[in-house]
Amino acid sequence: MPGMFIDVKVSEAVAGDAELSAKLVEVCPVSIFAQVENEPLQIVEENLDECTLCDLCIEAMPKGAVEVRKLYE
Amino acid sequence: MRFYEYESKELFERHGLPLGKRGLAHTREEAREHAEQIGGPVVLKSQVLSGGRMKAGAVKFADTPDEAAQLFDEILPIVVNGQTAKSILVEEKSPIAQEYYVAITWDGRRKLPVLIFSDMGGIDIEEVAEKHPDHVSQTHISTILPFTPRLAKEAIGATGVTGSALNRLTPIVTTLVEIFLAYDLTLAEINPLVRLEDGRFLVLDGHIDLEAEARDKHSALVEELGIGADETRQARPPTPFETAGAKVDASDHRGVAGNVVEFDGDLGLVIGAGGGSLTLFDAVRKHGGRPANYCEIGGNPSVKKACELTKLVLSKPEVAKIAVMMNVVSNTRVDIVARGVIKGVVESGRDPAETITIFRIPGSWEEEGFKILERYGVEYCDRSVSMYEAAGRAVAKMQAES
Ligand code: SF4
Repeated sequence: MPGMFIDVKVSEAVAGDAELSAKLVEVCPVSIFAQVENEPLQIVEENLDECTLCDLCIEAMPKGAVEVRKLYE
Repeated sequence: MRFYEYESKELFERHGLPLGKRGLAHTREEAREHAEQIGGPVVLKSQVLSGGRMKAGAVKFADTPDEAAQLFDEILPIVVNGQTAKSILVEEKSPIAQEYYVAITWDGRRKLPVLIFSDMGGIDIEEVAEKHPDHVSQTHISTILPFTPRLAKEAIGATGVTGSALNRLTPIVTTLVEIFLAYDLTLAEINPLVRLEDGRFLVLDGHIDLEAEARDKHSALVEELGIGADETRQARPPTPFETAGAKVDASDHRGVAGNVVEFDGDLGLVIGAGGGSLTLFDAVRKHGGRPANYCEIGGNPSVKKACELTKLVLSKPEVAKIAVMMNVVSNTRVDIVARGVIKGVVESGRDPAETITIFRIPGSWEEEGFKILERYGVEYCDRSVSMYEAAGRAVAKMQAES
């Protein structure tokens, strides 16, 4: 189930890059990103609403590669 | 967390308090054996976590081992304030010359432990305090400075006890205070503490309550006394609703969303923060509201935890609406709680605007929280509205619809 309040989008380039994906998994405090070997980065939908809006994912990636959207605005 | 009498006595004995010969019986045969070993008249006492045993007929005297076995069968099934015993304490019956009362508990107003002593034990201490105030002393105890026998002596002496009784009682009272402080107890009580006709002093009945939050700290003692990890030792067994609340809280280490107590009202409460739960619960009642539950929410619970707690509160068929209220919080994200509560309402198949009477959580990220509440049409307020006033608004909405 997608988030009710938050949506997170990651560019295909980042999602396909194992190193950048690993960084996203590392920085997110509420496990919104998950990595499975030889597969593109996954968004853990059930954790989306836990997003703390900390922007750590945005800051860790090239500009515009990650978008965190508040669905209530 | 309450201890059975036999457990309390084991702790007392470890610390050198004087106790009579006794044994715990789970069967009539064990009752007979203990009576034989004691070798004289005995008293049989039902082991329940409640007072009123004597009145319920769950304390009886036997002169022979056969009689003890027979009384075991009579006492065991007796229900005392909703509780049935699993064991019976068989103890030597002692000829009493004088009864005393001694207890240490917390004085919430003074925020200090208080030692209560009376030379009129064996009966209800409140009644003694009312009818014979000169026979009851109250002495506040420092939790920083050591408790000395001199302080115990003063407390005992204040009720008129003198001479050898004063000297014999002083180490007993001092030890009980030391036990209270060492084990983070909320109550250590001996009633009665007796002087026997032969001059000996004995702890005849007593019990202790351990601060629930200190259970882990004293896990060694809890284990040694054979208390299982699943034994909550509350005054009554938790309802399925309360057990479900504990599960919600245990589901995630982040923050608190639990400590649920079930009531029979129609207004569900999601409340908390630094004593806020009690204040808000009382405020709802003061305004004539009927809470369906008590609970505690605080720290930084996850959205899922707040959501699950809300769903639980709304799961009671009689709950028409909920009030979401907290004290001013600096360590709880308002937007995170707002997300959780609204999600819980929606997942319960209800409309947040209709279901949430008031949302009053002033704290960090409140502007973000307010955006969410506005989006779902939920009435909210900030810290300019007191907790009391917010509770009044919630109750008024309930009353307007009934
Ligand atoms: S903003 Fe923070 S919490 Fe949200 S997805 Fe990014 S790293 Fe995770």
